[in-house]
Amino acid sequence: MIEQFPALIVVTPLIMSFILFVVSYWNERLCFPILLATLSACVVFALGILDMVIKHGQPIHYYLGGWDPPWGIEYVIDHLNALVLVTVAIVAWLVALYSKSVVEKELHESKLPQFYTLFLLQVTGLFGITATGDMFNLYVLLEIASFSAYAIIAMGERGADFAAFRYVVFGTIGACAYLLGVGYLYILTGSLNMADLTQLIPKLFYNKALLVGFALFLIGVGIKMGIFPLHTWLPDAYTLAPSAVSALLAPLFTKVGAYVIIRIMFTVFDPSFSIKLYPVMDILGWIAAVGIAFACIMALAQSDLKRMLCYLIVAEMGYIVIGIASANRLGLTGAILHIVNDMFMMACLFTVAGAIMYQTGARNIYQFRYLHRTMPVTLGVFVVGALSVVGVPPMCGFFSKWYLILGTIEAKKWLLLFVLLASSLVNAILFFRVIENAYLEPRGEHAFAHDGGHPSISLDGVPWSMLIPMLMIAAGIILLGIFSGVIIKHVIQFAVPASF
Amino acid sequence: MLEYIIAKYNYWIYIFLLMIGFYAMMAKNNLMKKLVGMNIFQWAIIFYFVSIGAKKGGTVPIISGVHGHHGAEHLVVHAVDYINPLPHVLMLTAIVVGLATTGIALALLIVIYRRYGTLEEDEILEELKK
Amino acid sequence: MVKRHEDVIIQTVCRCLIPYMQIYSLYVLVHGHGSPGGGFQGGCIFAASFVLLAIVYDLREAKRRFSEKTNGVFCALGVFIYTAIGWLCLLLGGNFLDYGKLSKIFPTDPVMARYYGMAGIETGVQITVMAIMVSIFLNLATKGKHEEVLEE
Repeated sequence: MIEQFPALIVVTPLIMSFILFVVSYWNERLCFPILLATLSACVVFALGILDMVIKHGQPIHYYLGGWDPPWGIEYVIDHLNALVLVTVAIVAWLVALYSKSVVEKELHESKLPQFYTLFLLQVTGLFGITATGDMFNLYVLLEIASFSAYAIIAMGERGADFAAFRYVVFGTIGACAYLLGVGYLYILTGSLNMADLTQLIPKLFYNKALLVGFALFLIGVGIKMGIFPLHTWLPDAYTLAPSAVSALLAPLFTKVGAYVIIRIMFTVFDPSFSIKLYPVMDILGWIAAVGIAFACIMALAQSDLKRMLCYLIVAEMGYIVIGIASANRLGLTGAILHIVNDMFMMACLFTVAGAIMYQTGARNIYQFRYLHRTMPVTLGVFVVGALSVVGVPPMCGFFSKWYLILGTIEAKKWLLLFVLLASSLVNAILFFRVIENAYLEPRGEHAFAHDGGHPSISLDGVPWSMLIPMLMIAAGIILLGIFSGVIIKHVIQFAVPASF
Repeated sequence: MLEYIIAKYNYWIYIFLLMIGFYAMMAKNNLMKKLVGMNIFQWAIIFYFVSIGAKKGGTVPIISGVHGHHGAEHLVVHAVDYINPLPHVLMLTAIVVGLATTGIALALLIVIYRRYGTLEEDEILEELKK
Repeated sequence: MVKRHEDVIIQTVCRCLIPYMQIYSLYVLVHGHGSPGGGFQGGCIFAASFVLLAIVYDLREAKRRFSEKTNGVFCALGVFIYTAIGWLCLLLGGNFLDYGKLSKIFPTDPVMARYYGMAGIETGVQITVMAIMVSIFLNLATKGKHEEVLEE
């Protein structure tokens, strides 16, 4: 049975989303248990797959339909895949647990079954993108994930439908660019299978059409990933979406896009294509540096917490691209570790933003006065996430930034090193601004007058179903930091291509 | 030089349609026109893929006169006689994806129209600023 | 708004035409192996028959014959048929969607079992596509307000 897990992890959320939809006609209270049960099964599948990959040491090949590649579609799971699958599964499960109370407060109750259905379809798309080994299958699953994202974002507050429409137009350009890239590759090689393309492409290295195909891939996946300057859909869409939706999409969707870029640049196209033949790494390095600078400046200008975090996502994607652009083992290790770490960090920050919105209705930073009295645990989780983004040990953000910095030093790209260090400083300013507003009280103002009649609240005012996932994510951040050496030794060092 | 233009006319057609769709998506103010531009963009890519599968003198890729096993043993098939069916299959999926995108975008347009009363982008942005 | 059109000729012609459209969609579905066609195309034609009914008669009349709840159930049913056939192949020892293993249950040889398996999943695809196209049409025709607009 365990050999079937690669297919099961994609198919189970797909069928359960439709079963959830039909069950909601009959009994609405069964929707949330079905959602949690499906995602628990997916966590089990993902852990089983990771276990199999670590034991075998070789990638798992799963042939859909029994047809051998390159005639059939195959799912290839190697170390990089398995790690991303496990992280996506765990974060999706935690956000699903978190989303129950938030969604019941924010959306009308007739829309709840639709929300859960779209949640599961989104998760289907994300798992499929990670697990597949066929280029066109990746396009189909990328579109499944994107459509669920368009629809689920439009359920938000005022302005969300317009932001979702803009995202539809922008995202379709990206997906069509990806499709064109697949088409160019198919015309040149006659194959759509990733492993097959790895062998067929090196003979065509000096072909101009191959270069155009590669550029189209980078543009297409870059739009989905949110790299500067293709990120303009991101702030509006993720800010105006419901809180649970931001908590789901912000950690997962862009990072899976980063995984696709690593897969295309280092597995399908041989690494020497991007490094020695064409100056792709230099261009990516410049784009990442400008992107991080732009994102940090824009984040400093925001007073809305969620919008600030959205610009932070763009900056984090810039870090991953810096790791790729270093083009050595250390840099790529940092990039892959950052994918995993950033999923947890963004989940932490966005769930806290949603919890603050749930409890106080405020999103403006300057309205966070006295929040440490009413929501101490939530703010503690926020501090853990903030320290991780800044890069303070033992949180996980420190270790991934450490590897990224070592990678830029070894590649002698001093501009990227400067950008990394300067942006850490700006991140510190960003977060300490929020923490100062929430924790410190101005001298002379008596807080007792503001407390009013309500007694000192022991725990937050957010329900346990929201608090427990947030605490687990914060614990995950600390654990990932402590065990990052173990992760690198057992998983990531095999995920980096051997020619580095 | 001329053979690059005349012989590869399918490339020129698809690029022309692609740019029309792209221009409409960027420059038009009305959201419905943006949607139509997006549709033209996707269909340009579909035409392109289908055109690359065609062969001179090739016929429909269906082996006639054979049902299941009966008759397949003595059949010799020259693949060069039949056009490539794989791009057609891929484009069936792409058409469905285009349909789904159009469906979602139309539903969003209905919601936007009901909420703001207009489909012009600048008027909606004015509304949102208030 | 889709209003009733009181014209005897149009109504009679459509009453004759709609069953033919539906049979044609099934023909397109089944002949998808050997000629252009298949699940998606058949589903669109089937949905077109429903749209014709809604255009010629009232939308209320069309909904009386095929309500939205039934539509939702059909949508899930199609996906369920698809994945059930895939799961069946999984349980019989093959990979997902490995129709050759269906020959263990059905009295055919593995090659023809692939043929029938593909026909089965195309049926699932047709049902889902029909349900979705009808749902898109209902959303657009009622301008998003599914139940309220029928009051007029």
